[in-house]
Amino acid sequence: MARWTASLFRYSPLLILAALWEAVAQLGLVARSALPPLSDVIKAWFALAVTSDFWFNAVDSLYRTFAGLALAVVVGAAIGIAMASSKPVRAVLNPIVEVFYPLPKSALIPVTALWLGFGDMSKILLIFLGCMLPVTLGAYNGARGSEQTLMWSARSLGASRWRMLMDVVFPSAVPEILNGVRTALATSFVLLVSSEMIAARSGLGFMIGFLGDGGNFDAMFAVVFTVAFMGFIADRLYQYAMQRTLQWR
Amino acid sequence: MAMSETLSYLRRGRGVRRHSWRYTVMAWLPLIVLLIAWELTTRSGLVTPFMLPPLSAVFGRIMEDAASGDLLTTIGTTLWRALMGFGISAVAGIALGILISQYKAVRWFFDPIISVGFPMPKIAFLPIMILWLGLFDVSKITMIAFNAIFPVVTATIAGIEGVEKQIIWSAQNLGAGRKRLMWDVLLPAALPQILTGLQVALPIALIVGILTEMAMGGYGVGATMQTASRMADSPGVFAGIIEIAIVGYVLVQAMAFIRRRLLMWHPEALDATAA
Repeated sequence: MARWTASLFRYSPLLILAALWEAVAQLGLVARSALPPLSDVIKAWFALAVTSDFWFNAVDSLYRTFAGLALAVVVGAAIGIAMASSKPVRAVLNPIVEVFYPLPKSALIPVTALWLGFGDMSKILLIFLGCMLPVTLGAYNGARGSEQTLMWSARSLGASRWRMLMDVVFPSAVPEILNGVRTALATSFVLLVSSEMIAARSGLGFMIGFLGDGGNFDAMFAVVFTVAFMGFIADRLYQYAMQRTLQWR
Repeated sequence: MAMSETLSYLRRGRGVRRHSWRYTVMAWLPLIVLLIAWELTTRSGLVTPFMLPPLSAVFGRIMEDAASGDLLTTIGTTLWRALMGFGISAVAGIALGILISQYKAVRWFFDPIISVGFPMPKIAFLPIMILWLGLFDVSKITMIAFNAIFPVVTATIAGIEGVEKQIIWSAQNLGAGRKRLMWDVLLPAALPQILTGLQVALPIALIVGILTEMAMGGYGVGATMQTASRMADSPGVFAGIIEIAIVGYVLVQAMAFIRRRLLMWHPEALDATAA
């Protein structure tokens, strides 16, 4: 009970903001077209949630995020570890990574649309390209930090190069890789929503633009908050899973 | 944090330049090879010029735009919005961070807002921002600041709270008031962390700036690229990418330079390799 009240106290500012929103809208202090009352937005959400349209768009969005993110994690981690454990690979990739890292990833939206059109593939490629480098750098830093004594012991026990990578270098890079993935997760949602708003025909981002253009602001607010909370919940779930995974440390 | 290691990695990369010019050429060789490969692939006819225009055509386009003065306006517009938004997020973010670290009530109010708001894809609020503030600079700059402020606030709080208690006690013993303590002790000691927060916020400002231009138009690199994409003008799209890549690179390097300058007194300046 005490814990429950403590978290109620902690999150009460959010409740106050919600109440303030409702009050300002109900009292007519702002135009209804600029800020529909929270209660109407919630009603609009439930009205949307019974339509199949909403769920199809949500599934499209989630599929794009996770396909792009999964590719980015696998390829990014592999490249980072390869860079850390091989000098030629590092010499070749280092300048390329250094130049592409500060590239604002949103600039890739028109290119992926040019290459792959308005469908799923252009979003997956965009998220893959945009999310790979944080994972690569995490893997690179983590793998470089693996302890030299562990490597020597493994080698003297007769481990092959491949076994060393899999059993020594990769596990020691995992914590840093997971940190990189967290950055990538946040980036993936930003790229997803914006590319869907700018160049798509389905997905929640597209829905936001579509509803807004149609002047259906209650529903638009509902989808905006859905997307925002999806990003928040994904981050919380990921943090929870990460703590579980790293218990051996 | 992953990001600060990233930045230290980028800083470390630059140590290379202190070697001979031959070393510099060697270090950039892969990039030069990549650009030559780009040109050769497009000339060989393996890909259509629509999918990937020749590098020479892209550079030609950049030169054309530079000659006509469009390049300066486009990049200037994007930079002005991104840097304005970044500047607002820096000032407001540091101020808010200070208030949160000093006053319990402020902390109580903002703590849940920041912990819920930070991981949200705030770009989703763009249509609401358009609804409220219109399509022009004000809504774009507000959106940029709204996205970039979060890392600044959290870094400022973490920096101020990480200051060693002994230092604070000594200053208080020597008679420092609250104000002096903040300006002469807490903020300088928290500066490395605050700068890291700013180094995270700057790329966000640029990313969001370009996104707002793509979604809302109104000149700038993002709008130019979006128009080019709609007209199937691929040299225009790739010219935009190269321009913004250079701008991003220069800004990140400039921030790292400012960091080195501001932290000359700090132990991190002596350590050439570590974070």
